[in-house]
Amino acid sequence: MPLLTITTFTPLVGLLLILLFVDGRRVNTVRWMGVIFSFLPLLLSAAIVAVHQPSNPDFQLVERLSWIPALGIEYHLGVDGISVPMVVLTALLSFVAALGSWNITDRAKEYWIFFLLLQVGMFGTFVSLDLFLFYVFWEIVLVPMYFLIGIWGGPRREYSAIKFFLFTLVGSVAMLIGFLAIYFAVEPHTFSIPVLLGRTGSLPHTLQSVVFLAIFLGFAIKVPVVPFHTWLPDAHVEAPTPISVILAGVLLKMGTYGFFRIGFPLLPEGARQWSFAFAVLGVIGIVYTAYVAMAQRDFKKLVAYSSVSHMGFVLLGMAGFTLVGFSGAYFMTVSHGVLSGAMFLCVGVLYDRTHTRDLDAFGGLMARMPIYGGMLILFSCGALGLPGLSGFVAEFLSLLGAFGRHPWLVGISVLGIVITAAFMLLMMRRVLMGPLNERWANLSDISARELWSLIPLAVATIALGVFPPLLMHITDPTLARMLGIIGFEVAP
Amino acid sequence: MDFLPALIPVLPLLAFAVIITNGRRLGWSACLVAVGASLTSAVLAALVYSRVLLSHETLAWSFEWVRWGETALRMGVRIDGLGALMLFMVTVVGTLIEIYAIGYMAGDKTFSRFFAFVSLFMAGMLGLVVADNLLLLFVSWEIMGLCSYFLIGFYFHRPSAAAAGIKAFITTRIGDVGLLIGMILLWWTAGTLRFDELLLAVPALAGLGDAHVDLMLTAAALLIFVGTIGKSAQFPLHVWLPDAMEGPTPVSALIHAATMVAAGVFLVARSFILFAQFPAALTVVAWVGGFTALFAALIALTQNDIKRVLAYSTLSQLGYMVMALGLGAYAAGMFHLITHAFFKALLFMGAGAVIHGFHHVQDMRRMGGLWGKMPWTAWTFLVATLAISGIPPLSGFWSKDEILLGAFHESPVLWVAGTFTAFLTAFYMFRLFFMTFTGRQRDGEIHAHESPAVMILPLVVLAVGAALLGIPGSPWMGLWVQHSLDVPAYALAHHHHSNLVMGLSIAVAVAGIALAWLMYAPRPTIQPARVARAMGRLYTLSLNKFHIDEIYAALIINPTRALARGSFRFDLGLIDGAVNGMGWLQRALASLKGLFDKWVVDGIVNLLATIVQALSAVFGLIQTGRVHNYLLLASLGALVIACLTWWNMG
Repeated sequence: MPLLTITTFTPLVGLLLILLFVDGRRVNTVRWMGVIFSFLPLLLSAAIVAVHQPSNPDFQLVERLSWIPALGIEYHLGVDGISVPMVVLTALLSFVAALGSWNITDRAKEYWIFFLLLQVGMFGTFVSLDLFLFYVFWEIVLVPMYFLIGIWGGPRREYSAIKFFLFTLVGSVAMLIGFLAIYFAVEPHTFSIPVLLGRTGSLPHTLQSVVFLAIFLGFAIKVPVVPFHTWLPDAHVEAPTPISVILAGVLLKMGTYGFFRIGFPLLPEGARQWSFAFAVLGVIGIVYTAYVAMAQRDFKKLVAYSSVSHMGFVLLGMAGFTLVGFSGAYFMTVSHGVLSGAMFLCVGVLYDRTHTRDLDAFGGLMARMPIYGGMLILFSCGALGLPGLSGFVAEFLSLLGAFGRHPWLVGISVLGIVITAAFMLLMMRRVLMGPLNERWANLSDISARELWSLIPLAVATIALGVFPPLLMHITDPTLARMLGIIGFEVAP
Repeated sequence: MDFLPALIPVLPLLAFAVIITNGRRLGWSACLVAVGASLTSAVLAALVYSRVLLSHETLAWSFEWVRWGETALRMGVRIDGLGALMLFMVTVVGTLIEIYAIGYMAGDKTFSRFFAFVSLFMAGMLGLVVADNLLLLFVSWEIMGLCSYFLIGFYFHRPSAAAAGIKAFITTRIGDVGLLIGMILLWWTAGTLRFDELLLAVPALAGLGDAHVDLMLTAAALLIFVGTIGKSAQFPLHVWLPDAMEGPTPVSALIHAATMVAAGVFLVARSFILFAQFPAALTVVAWVGGFTALFAALIALTQNDIKRVLAYSTLSQLGYMVMALGLGAYAAGMFHLITHAFFKALLFMGAGAVIHGFHHVQDMRRMGGLWGKMPWTAWTFLVATLAISGIPPLSGFWSKDEILLGAFHESPVLWVAGTFTAFLTAFYMFRLFFMTFTGRQRDGEIHAHESPAVMILPLVVLAVGAALLGIPGSPWMGLWVQHSLDVPAYALAHHHHSNLVMGLSIAVAVAGIALAWLMYAPRPTIQPARVARAMGRLYTLSLNKFHIDEIYAALIINPTRALARGSFRFDLGLIDGAVNGMGWLQRALASLKGLFDKWVVDGIVNLLATIVQALSAVFGLIQTGRVHNYLLLASLGALVIACLTWWNMG
């Protein structure tokens, strides 16, 4: 059974059904269908986890059909230890975001069509094993995202949507050029990742180095790496809450996944030559954006900048070229997906009630919304790296792995940890503590639907924090083999 | 059965989970869950303690937590003499504090939340004590940090409490990242974070004589000590502890005595192998401790808030413990940690009873004469005050004396500083006692009353402990407590008993009490105000805590905020400005191209059209439509062709 194809295209089925058979005025039918077709992939992703054998680092569930034979382009899908968690994360956050989209009634039909199309692109990106196919899915994501921000966004939605689109497009073009360079550099020409894996390592070092830069630009804009990050705060602030969740939780991960899937294993020499710069950019991201986040008055912008800051750990962990560093970086990718998604939901819960995101406008809400407050505290603690929650494991393993090659950079990066703790606590104080602002004396606590969209994320962050092997036993065989291909020692 | 010790921290953790999820349903009975859990832990701790004591064995149990490649990180528990003694202290004092809190917090709307976080706090501290590796210790350490944040900021609607909570978390967090880096450095140098493996690995590495390895391990030791500076509130990261009294008083007792601050000292004791091998690290530890002891005592002299005096006395006593460890007097330091836990918990809870009975006034200048109104509180408080002042045979005397003995042998300067601090301690503690309990009440408005039995009972139990616990550690019983710690050979410093040290420490304690009596007795012989004037600048420095908070605000906090604002401006202006500038440039180019298109590309096309049009107009003139004109033109043409042909042929 072509499980991956079914998973990827289930949202497309929903999309077509809505497009062809449902009257746009029947909002309720549309959103029920939207939620159901966002839930089915979650079940299917569970099936993928069940079928996938973690101890086997090879690609599994492979589907391979010729697509454009003249150019050797194939419809080639498969998963290994680093794509399975991404598929699950995408399915989980899509479902959570679908629940969060319940209240969108303005042009609901179009909204759900774009939302489902977005899912197709995301799943496809994470299961493609052909560079061309990967690129196609990568670009598919761009279009619905542009409309979702540009139509359902806030006051500056058009500026933000165009900024997001153009920024990402610049990166995509650079990435495509990189792919073509790889394609033409190997004989026989091929886009197939499994075939390329063993071959590209022996390409000339300068070529690898240049191609790595081109591909880096594409992924770095998506991650985003400072200084290519300024599209993100704008896009997040303007996007509706569920789209922010997807943006932070999944779209940014496409960038880091790209490093894991393509950048490092296909161009090991390039990666090694740039590793110091890579780590430096990571540390700048961690420290600098933490400071920027501290200066925010807008709740959502604060979360957006803190999200950029955390992605710095991914770069730093990878630049260590150790198994533990890779594990930590990957752990951060997943943990950040869960935590930042949850944080954006928390912002949304408050925004729906108060129609403001100004941190100075709140105060004392703990007294009115204790359950909401508890949830916000839990996720903030996760984000500031409190042990027992997933963020700590990710930070610790990344730093541990990077220390051997970049001890001083690791030393500097912990400044970001302190600053993050500071602005997270200050944020909690401004929102939850102090005397209750009388404007909000009648605020209602979190609703059941909102709570149930947060609970899976809360469970995930605690489970991963207490028992990291849940994730690491899936990822590590693949990462270990990848390091073998890259050709570096596995210690410590 | 081996995992039994692991249950000791797990029980309060479960209590936390139960209370936090069922707070409303439980209501008052939340305290029963919390006390029940810690009481059971205490019983388990007693079992463990007796087993470790009797057999001198180390209980250990662990499981694999994380693995990458061939490397595994194991998590587990390891209880030796040191750990068992700590477990005993934490569970007993912690349980008493919880029982006391039933009375103190009665009627509070957030009663159940309080017990939830106190339980988590206990779980953190107990987890730290039983941890068999630095990472688990760090995890517990951070959980405690979080609880301190919630409990110090418990009355979160009060801005000062919320601020104090943040201050505590951030300040200790600075220490935490030091510890984190220290751990990572240790991992890369020694290859393990497990205490039993470090015991073998560190001496082996030190034995190599490799300067680089020695440097790395010394750095690791110092970074770990940075964690202690933060958690145990040593100078210069001490600023959070005095503000921590914003929390409810039972929390102050918990933080100052049984948990939190004890954790930092315990950390040094646990990783002592690192310090013992590298004297440079030990020296730093000793001097930081000695300085903090004296520095905090000087501040305590002039404070008027009853809890603030106690807070600075905690700083000072922690300084003693850290100094002791730095001097190699490992057992003495840990012994003082235990005795201090009892008398300091008693002091805080006594102060809490005073505040509770005195309608939440904390200013000692308004108190006085409470002896008659709260006799139980006063008597137990007196025991604790005598104990901390170092009057024999109360517990504080024995432990402090042994620290001074160590200092006497190792570092005369620190010995003098420690002895002087002992004098100051006796003075400011009895200043507090006299101002609060003797004479006449200075603020007649308030009707003070004794606290309920549920609060008095823990005071009495602790008073017995504060009085008698020193005996097992005294030379009378052959330093039994110290020997039960299973002090590792590398940390065993034998010091011969010295009558000079002991005599002098008793003398300074008595002198301190006498001076306090002269100044603060009901009818003082020396007027405090005159002394203050005579001291001048020194007095204001002490009163203002040496302006450390203001210095930090100017040097660290404000610059950090400025840097944050500056970074944001840079981000908007320069980075995003570059992006927008790029966009603008493209649009400018596009409009230039538009102009070029309009005037040049289109212009040429249009020009051609115009030319064609003009030409056609010209040629249109000859297109008259009349046949004879055409015939004329045709014949003219024919003539021209004929001429040309003729010309060519010719």
